Amino acid sequence: MSAIHHHTPDALLAAYATGSLPLPFAVVVAAHTSLCTRCRSVYEAHQVAGGVVLETGSRTDVSGDLKTRTLDLLDAPMVTEASYERAGILPGPVMQALKGKPPRWKPIGMGVRQSIISSGNAGSVRLLSIPPGQAVPDHSHHGLELTLVLQGSFSDETGRYGVGDLEVADDTLEHTPIAGEGEPCICLAATDAPLRFTSLVPRLLQRVFRI
Amino acid sequence: MTLKRPTQSAAQVSPQTIWMLAVRDQRDKAAFAALFDYFAPRLKGFVMRSGARSAMAEDIVQDVMLTVWRKAAQFDPARAQVSAWIYQIARNRQIDVIRKESRPMPELLEVEPDAECDASVIVEVEQEAAVLKQALAQLKPGQRDIVERAYLGEFSHQEISAQTGLPLGTIKSRIRLGLERLRHELKELR
Repeated sequence: MSAIHHHTPDALLAAYATGSLPLPFAVVVAAHTSLCTRCRSVYEAHQVAGGVVLETGSRTDVSGDLKTRTLDLLDAPMVTEASYERAGILPGPVMQALKGKPPRWKPIGMGVRQSIISSGNAGSVRLLSIPPGQAVPDHSHHGLELTLVLQGSFSDETGRYGVGDLEVADDTLEHTPIAGEGEPCICLAATDAPLRFTSLVPRLLQRVFRI
Repeated sequence: MTLKRPTQSAAQVSPQTIWMLAVRDQRDKAAFAALFDYFAPRLKGFVMRSGARSAMAEDIVQDVMLTVWRKAAQFDPARAQVSAWIYQIARNRQIDVIRKESRPMPELLEVEPDAECDASVIVEVEQEAAVLKQALAQLKPGQRDIVERAYLGEFSHQEISAQTGLPLGTIKSRIRLGLERLRHELKELR
């Protein structure tokens, strides 16, 4: 794998590590920290700091029987939680979000395909597949948009993004990502609001496709 | 800041780590009971500070401690000390209970079962945590409060984007250590 050049900003990693990041973005950051040792070590350092806060903070006595009740449960049969592993290019957290099922790709025009993983009040997270050399229509965003490359690459006004690279965009960025040559570019993208396209036709399509 | 080179003596490994390893490797219930005595009041205080009532807090404490027992195999003292590992379990459980969400976690890195972990490695991880503890203790009360709230998960959206509150400088040496460790582990895996 080529080196990762575009990392998760520290503030987002801190928000993720402390459990403050809304779910769609947390999926993307979890996927990036699965691929990137630099960001994983920042994440782990935050956990250590969280551990220090836990250890040194105020204590509250627990009820007298809580310990016995807990010890009594040690031999109880465990409910095994499903654990999700990486499947091909899809990191474990993406498989977790897909509940282990393969993505369901739907064409959204110009050869671009998407698979919506989740969409709700907290925003949406989806996989996008863009044919080599294809541009994604001009769009701006209401809020934050995170895009993680899982296969191939794309370039826009801010630089080139290869496998493992994360692009962070906000309302101020109007960009036109173009997929690199070679394989289709497959990305994991999270937004906290629907994308707004700047030209009319994609805007109409947007309602239909929930882009 | 310079750290003393750790010695090879296992005597410096904290009791919490020794208990946790006994739980992981020997399924030692007495060691689990000792961990419970140490962490349960801290966990309850932690959970109640983020607003849970006493009864709900105790349910969370019990769930967290049972997860510690059940997922002990995932504990790797060469990468994180016990409180860091339990912190993550506690936050996951809180998010599960409060937001009804299953929090996405990074892929697990495999703990090598046969690799006898050198005590000096564990001591180094613990010393880094001690440095961090000191750094947090030296913050002004107002600043410390912000940091605590952040780790309780009370980051506002604005704080996330403005990147205030967290003394990233204080975790820098821990980040470096973590990075060395990860590179080392990944090299062994590949």
